[in-house]
Formats: sequence, structure tokens, C-alpha cells
Amino acid sequence: MGPKKHERELIKMAYRGLAKKVLEKESIKIGDRIRVERDDISYEGMLLDRPEDADDKHLVLKLDNGYNIGVEIEEATIELLEEGSRPKIKFPPVDVERNPQLPDISIISTGGTVASIIDYQTGAVHPAFTADDLLRANPELLDIANIRGKAIFNILSENMLPEYWVEAAHAIAKEIEDGAWGVVVAHGTDTMHYTAAALSFILKTPVPVILTGAQRSSDRPSSDAHLNLISSVVAAKSDIAEVMVCMHASIDDKSCHLHLGTKVRKMHTSRRDTFKSINTTPIAEIKDNKIRILRKDYKKRGLEELRVRDKIEPRVALIKTYPGINPEIIEYYIDKNYKGIVIEGTGLGHCPENLIPAIERANEMEIIVAMASQCINGRVNMNVYSTGRRLLRAGVIPVADMLPETAYVKLVWALGQSNDPETVKRLMLKNIAGEIEDRSSLRHFQG
Amino acid sequence: MDWDKIGLKTGLEIHQQLDSKGKLFCPCNCELTDEEPEYNIVRRLRPTQSELGKIDRAAFEEAKRKLKFYYQAYSDHTCLVEADEEPPHPINSEALEIAVTIALLLNMKVVDEFHTMRKQVIDGSNTGGFQRTGLVATEGYVETPHGRVKIENLCLEEDAARRIEEREDGIVFRLDRLGIPLVEITTDPSIKDPIQLKDVAYQIGQILRSTKVKRGIGTIRQDLNISIKDGARVEVKGVQDLNKIPEIVKREVQRQLKLLEIRERLKKRKAKVEDKIYDVKEIFNDTKSKIIKSAESVLAIKLEGFAGLIGVELQPNRRLGTELADYAKKRGVTGIFHTDELPAYGISRKEVENLIQHMQASENDAIIIIADEKSKAEAALGEVISRARMALEGVPEETRKALEDGNTSYLRPLPTASRMYVETDIPPFKIGSNMIKRLKKELPELPSEKKERIKREYDLSEDLASQLVRKGLAEDFEKLAKLNVENTLIASLLAYTLQELKRESHNIENLKLKDIIGALRLLEDGKISKDALRDIIAYMADKKVEPLKAAKELDLLLLTREEVERIIQGIMEEKEELIKERQMAAMGPLMGEAMKKLRGKADGQLVNQILKEKIKKKLTSLE
Repeated sequence: MGPKKHERELIKMAYRGLAKKVLEKESIKIGDRIRVERDDISYEGMLLDRPEDADDKHLVLKLDNGYNIGVEIEEATIELLEEGSRPKIKFPPVDVERNPQLPDISIISTGGTVASIIDYQTGAVHPAFTADDLLRANPELLDIANIRGKAIFNILSENMLPEYWVEAAHAIAKEIEDGAWGVVVAHGTDTMHYTAAALSFILKTPVPVILTGAQRSSDRPSSDAHLNLISSVVAAKSDIAEVMVCMHASIDDKSCHLHLGTKVRKMHTSRRDTFKSINTTPIAEIKDNKIRILRKDYKKRGLEELRVRDKIEPRVALIKTYPGINPEIIEYYIDKNYKGIVIEGTGLGHCPENLIPAIERANEMEIIVAMASQCINGRVNMNVYSTGRRLLRAGVIPVADMLPETAYVKLVWALGQSNDPETVKRLMLKNIAGEIEDRSSLRHFQG
Repeated sequence: MDWDKIGLKTGLEIHQQLDSKGKLFCPCNCELTDEEPEYNIVRRLRPTQSELGKIDRAAFEEAKRKLKFYYQAYSDHTCLVEADEEPPHPINSEALEIAVTIALLLNMKVVDEFHTMRKQVIDGSNTGGFQRTGLVATEGYVETPHGRVKIENLCLEEDAARRIEEREDGIVFRLDRLGIPLVEITTDPSIKDPIQLKDVAYQIGQILRSTKVKRGIGTIRQDLNISIKDGARVEVKGVQDLNKIPEIVKREVQRQLKLLEIRERLKKRKAKVEDKIYDVKEIFNDTKSKIIKSAESVLAIKLEGFAGLIGVELQPNRRLGTELADYAKKRGVTGIFHTDELPAYGISRKEVENLIQHMQASENDAIIIIADEKSKAEAALGEVISRARMALEGVPEETRKALEDGNTSYLRPLPTASRMYVETDIPPFKIGSNMIKRLKKELPELPSEKKERIKREYDLSEDLASQLVRKGLAEDFEKLAKLNVENTLIASLLAYTLQELKRESHNIENLKLKDIIGALRLLEDGKISKDALRDIIAYMADKKVEPLKAAKELDLLLLTREEVERIIQGIMEEKEELIKERQMAAMGPLMGEAMKKLRGKADGQLVNQILKEKIKKKLTSLE
């Protein structure tokens, strides 16, 4: 399976309109050396690509001093000076002998760029996927493991689909079957916690499966990717046979936390320590390539038999309620033949009364309706107020201290495991992969 | 020196902080702070790989040091952007407008669209590992008394974090300065005379001062580019005092000439630098040198054919050995020993002889010793080896630091040009002809124009007019000149008196323009005398009181004519004998008496006039 699915591009680049016409007329391509002359000024440089959303009246030139500028072309003459030869990204292969003393760790890439290569000539940033690329960017990896690399998708994580979770699970299972001592999955951070939860339910794994990524892209010297990746490989060597997320524990480049895949959530748009364990404690901390266990109730390496429980039902919706929400939103999903709805309710697990008839109708249609809380922290309890009780009577399942996103992923998975609504409801309320804890510790909310 | 013959070429790079409301890519305050930091963020930087597999030389240099960085941050004074925890906000358009204004004053051509770039800098001074910068304009010029000098580029960029201290395990920076907008102005490197170089720096500085830029220490920095024929381009960083420019150039030229001379001598001797590092710890088992004795490891290298040349002076008190030591120090050792200066520092003649024998060195060879932890000493000697090899080639391209005395020391290799790529987090900014037209209409008066105008309009001397402009006081002066007070008095008050008071440790910073206006109003209304102005202003500054109150408390309010007459009358009655004796000649001593009592409270001329009249009258009545 080579890189596939939507080509990953952070910013879409393309000339259009006037600029495109002018370039075509002069047969100028990206990378050519050109001169743009207008009134009293003339610029020479290499033609670069332009963000697609910018206007069509400027060309982007990289001048000899390294700076890019935009040059207006409406009144200008453009001249091709020299055709550019695009340098190919071609490194000699990394020649590494397998070290029999070290374990084999597989790194699977889904499009999260844990390594990238900058073409300083054009300024383009190319994501790097192969094991060789990873090793060139992080040669220290060689000291801790034999690295196998594989790219399965090349997508932005917001474009993830439930079907890809299944595909990723199979790819991971394949690596484990082939003898991987642990598997690291490089993933975009936006939906990493969805994938982590999905893999937690789909996979029964005898080895660690670690998802990691970067909040600062790996083309910058300050990227968090390096520490995250190294720490992930350390985690993949450990005896914690769980699906976990490994990311910065704080904004320092000091240590990473290992979060259980079903209890972790992206909590900040941009900080390095965006991933937090919610309603629970991280399983371990990794500092200076050493692992420190923070809780002991994890599955030990080798206990589980490898299994892929890959049936899923993608027709599940996740709906956040809010003052003024229109019940037609629920009606829509019922009419579209959805099989499950997770409501991200307010407070202890409530929604406006005017939704209740629609929820009752969903229940009659044997659509599973689960309730999680938009408070994110804490546990739903629908006995405290009458709205909660009415919702329970309408057939809503309160999913305890489960995260809304985990509840959504779990319902996608549970509906694949059984067609019987009662079985699905039971599955939803049963702890499968650490997603439900009975005790709420005082420790778990920092505000 | 005959600069032409030497083939001297110099250029300038001026960095000037702008006085915009927020930073270039976030709304934080642009003032530095001395508050105790609230956060200490720990980071590491790594050089990134370029497509061609080529890691930038300067970047690699820093990476080898594997340093940790500590960033001091604040809840209110800095934000997530400086901490590299949030993408940059859109560019500060006020800063961009100031930059365009400066470009127009420098007769430059402004780009149509501004693109923000990332310039890789991994010495820790930027949390991202790169400095954000963009090209605003090209192809300008300034006129100097020696002719026109071309300005090549004007870039708008963010200032770096402030280096606080270097600790054993890393460098500490403060994030307050990171992100303050600054312009970088580069002249063409063809200035052939050190004096002209200084003049250009001055001219550009004056133009900058007419725009919205920051004033004070550290807000403007000059870097010099210096090269000579057969030498190499050297960038001298951090020149603070313009007057030092000619001396720095002279000494750099001297250094390059000496290095070329050394190269010729090395060639003749067929000098060679080998890679072998010798462990010479045993030789120094009983040494008296404390440094060597206490070191974990003592390592040495042999520089064939270098004997006597390590000690050659390149600049006053700086030898080739100092250059080698500069390189070694980058690996954390404190210094080197070389045989040109030995025996000394507790190392005996016998030890030197043993060393020479052990390393099979000839009398033409020099030996360099480093005593430190093994890995550090090894790395440091590696640096010395590569610097010694450069000596065979002549002058290495370097970035150097300006020292107090006009010398320079090695900082790092010159950065290669290939370390820029586009900042993808910030869309291009269209500057457009409308913005240029508007800014052209609002262009500030240049300092030279302003000086000529105020000189003419207010009838000031050349000196006062130019002092006012140089010190940035012309605007204040024009406000004060609306009062009905002599212009020269106002001008010299601003240009000189206030500074004198400051030197005398009066708290001049307490004074606002309105306070000075108040004091001048007293003069305008005839309530105080010119002589009293200085004391009243000093008192206002120290006690933070209103002008009238100051004048009252100092007893410097002018007296009415009647009061003055009464006081003079009193004096004359006291000194009646004197008047009788000396007649009109008593005028002098009496005037002295009177002024003792009336200084600042009555106009001297008036006192003189009254006294004269009264003595005459008295004498008449005595006759």
C-alpha cells in the first residue's frame, strides 16, 4: 500500500486567471529564472508557486538574496531567462544494518508529518514518510530500535474517515504479525484522539501501539515532533500493550505523557501539550528516553491475542446541543437512516426539552442515542434533574465519564459488532478499553 | 593607510526597532521588562534538513553544541506567540507602514507584495528556530559628503529574544524583546573609506529618527561588512558607537593583512595540519600548572610549520593564538596553551621539551594543548584544527563581535545564503499604490530640512537648531515657541539647560512638556525673571510641584517696583556712610548688596536703574 488518499498539502498552491494566462503565453514554469520589468523597476529571480487563494495579479519571485516577493504583472513585461531544472529529492539510501540487540519497531505514517524536508531553493516543505527519511531526520532512533517505516495514507487528519481507522488497524496488525515489538503511528493531531479511540476498540493488541504527531510542523527547528517520536519509540518498546497517544507533557521539551487512547483529548488549538488525559491519569511519563509508570492498571505485553474486530457502522452522528437547537437536526438523522446518535449535552447530560420528542422517535426506530457531556470533564448523571430522567425514559444511554468523541467512536464500533439494540446498549455501558472508569478521583480536574 | 591599494570594501547593516503599538506578529507590549519571570520554558532546537541534504553551516555549528535553551516568559507581558505555542497573528500593518515610510525616505522602490520568510537561526535567540523577515524595498540611496551611497535592501523583521545569561546547561533568554518589529537596512558593500562608512551610518540614523522609531540604548544596532583584496568578507556585529567605526575597520584590515602575511610564511614553510590528537596527560603528571593538573584529560595537536606564528599579533593584544582559542571556546573549554608562549603559566621548560619529544615535533612546529574533560577537549581541538587549516588559506569568512577597544572576536561562520523559506502561516500582504501614495503625502520632514527650517523660521543659531534636531527636541521647541518668550532662550533651555540639570542629578524625567510651558508662562507674564527659570524648573522636577508653587517656595517671584524700591531704600539707609564717602562709585558695591537680596526676584536692569536714580537723588539732597 503506497501513499494514497487525498494528497496532503498544507496550503493549496496554483496560479490562476491572469497570472496563469501570462505564464502559459511565455511558456514559463515554476522553477524557471525570469525577469519582470515595469516602469522603473526590474526584478530577476526564480518563479515560485503561489497560494491558490491569493489574487491572480502577482507572480511570486525568489530573489537571489533568498527573499520572496510578489510582483504585480498587469503593466509588466515578463521574460524567461533560463529554464529551471527542478532538483529531485533524492538521498542515497540510509545504509543501516539491523542491530540484533535492539527490538524492531514499526512506524506507520498516515500523513502527520513527523519528519519533513525543506527545499530551500523553492522554499517548499515536503513531508517525509519513509523509514530512511525518519532516520535521516532523527538518527538517534538507531540507538534505541531497528526502525521499519511504512506510509499508509497521506492525508490531513481532519479528512480522516471511519473506514480509514479499520484500514490503519489492519496495517498495524500486519506489522505485529510480521514481528514488530511495538508500533508507532504518526498522525495529524486534529483527530488523533478519534483514531486512538477507534484503534482501542478495533484492535486487541499484544504490543504497544503509540499514536504521535506534532503541534509545530517538523520543518522548523523548534518542532515538537522529534521528542514526541523518540519518546513514542521508547513507549513502543515498553510492556504497556495498550493503544496510547504520546505527546508533550508540558510546553517544555522535557518529557512526554502516554495517554490511554480512549481517555485522551486535544484540549488546545496550538500548544505542544494540547493532549490531556481526561477524568484519569496518564499511564506513564517518558523523560530522557526512560519510562516512568504513573498507574499500574494497564494491560501487560503479550497477554492479549492479536485480533482485529473490524466491523463498524459509520452512520452515527455526534450532535452538540445548545440553547435554541432545532429538533429537526435529530429528525434529519432519523430520516437519513442513521443507526446511532451521540448527544453532547449540557452539564450532567441534558438537552432542551423540545428535543425529547425527536429522541423518543429515534428510540422507537431502534436508533441508539447516547449522552455524553460538553463539559468534557466529569461524568453524566441523568437522575438529578427531571429533564435527565425524561431523557432516560426516552431511551437515552448515559455513557458515564466517557469523552463525547470516544462515545461517538465507540458507537460506530459497537453498532458494527451487533445488530441487536440491547446488545449495543450493553456494549456502550461496559468498559471495553478503559473508556469508562467507575470512580471519579479528586485528582483529575485542574480547571 | 591607502584604502584603495588595499582594496577595502565596506558596507553597513543597520537594525532599528520601530515604535509601533504592538509586536510584529502579536499584540504584546514592545517594552522590555525587569520583572521576575513567571515561567521558564525549556526547549531544544534541531537543524532541519534541506532538500539538497545540505545542512546550513551556521545552523550546523550551533547544533553541534546541543545546547538547551531556557525562555523566561510572562502571563501579561508575553504571549503564546513568542513562546512558539501559537501561530503568528497577521502582520502588524502599522509596523509595515513605518517600514515603507523609511523606504520612501531612502528613495527606495517598494515591493508590490510583502512575503514573510523564515530565516533559520538556531542559536536559541528565536523560539521557533527561525527569525521572521520580509523584503520591503530595494534600490535606494542616501547622499553623503563623499557622494551617493546605494541602499540595497530594506527588510522588516522581528527582533530576537534577549540573552540573559549563559549557564552550564544552556542559555537563558527573555521573551520580552522577541517579536519587536525592526527594519534592517543594508547598504551596497562598496564604501571604500572608513570615514564615509561612519557618515553613512550617521545619515541613515538621522533619517530613521525622523520616523516612528524607538530611541535609546539597544534600539539601533550597526553591523559592518568588511573585506580587502585577497582577504574575506567579515561581518562585525553589534557596533554601538558610530565614532568607533573607523577604528574597527582599521583594525580589521590590519588583522586580514596579518593573516595574509602569515599565510605566505606558512606556504614557504610547507606548513601542514594533521588530524591526530595526542594524549599528553602523562607528561604533566607532576606539573605546577593548576589548570592542567586538575583536568580529566590533557590533549594536544601538532601544527607543522606554525612555530612562532601562533604568537603573531593580529590586532593589538590579539594573536593568531587568540583566534584559535576563540574557536576552541565554542566547545566550552576555557582556553588553550600553545608552545609560542611556553614555558609559562606553571608549565616548565622541561615539560615543554618532553612534550616536543613525545610528539616528535620539530623546531618549526607549534603544539596546542587543551586540558579539560576528554570529550570537550577533543571537540575543541577539532575546532582548532579546522581554524588552523583556514590559516593556510588566508582569511576565513566569519561573523565577528565588536569589542569595546575596537578589536573583534570570532562569533560563528558567516551564514550561507540558503537558509530561507517562506513562512506558511502568514499570507502575502499587498502593499499597493494607494498605500504608497498616502504614505508619500505624510512623509516626515528630514532632519536636515527640519534644521534649516527652524533655523530660518525662529532665527536660531546653527548650533541651537542642529542640537534641537539631533536630540529630537525640535517638535517640543516648536510647541514652546508659540509662547511670547525669546526663541533662543527656549531653544537653549531644551538643548542645554535640561541636560545640565540632569547631570546635576535633578529628576528631569518627572517633567512633562506642560510643566515647562507653565514655567515659561510665568516668564511670559513677567512674574519671574529669566535668571530664576533654571532654579524653578529644577525645583519642579525634584519636588513635583506646579511652577507657581515652585517660584513661591523658592521665593523667586518678581517683586513689584514699589517693593524693589523699598528694599533698595533699606540698603541705602544701611550704607549711608558708604554713599557719602564714595559718591557715585558706591554704585558697584550697593548693586552687589541689592542683587544678593533681589536675585531672581527683580530684573537686574530694573534694580540698576532704581539704584542709580536713588543714589543721584540722595547725593543731590546731601549737597
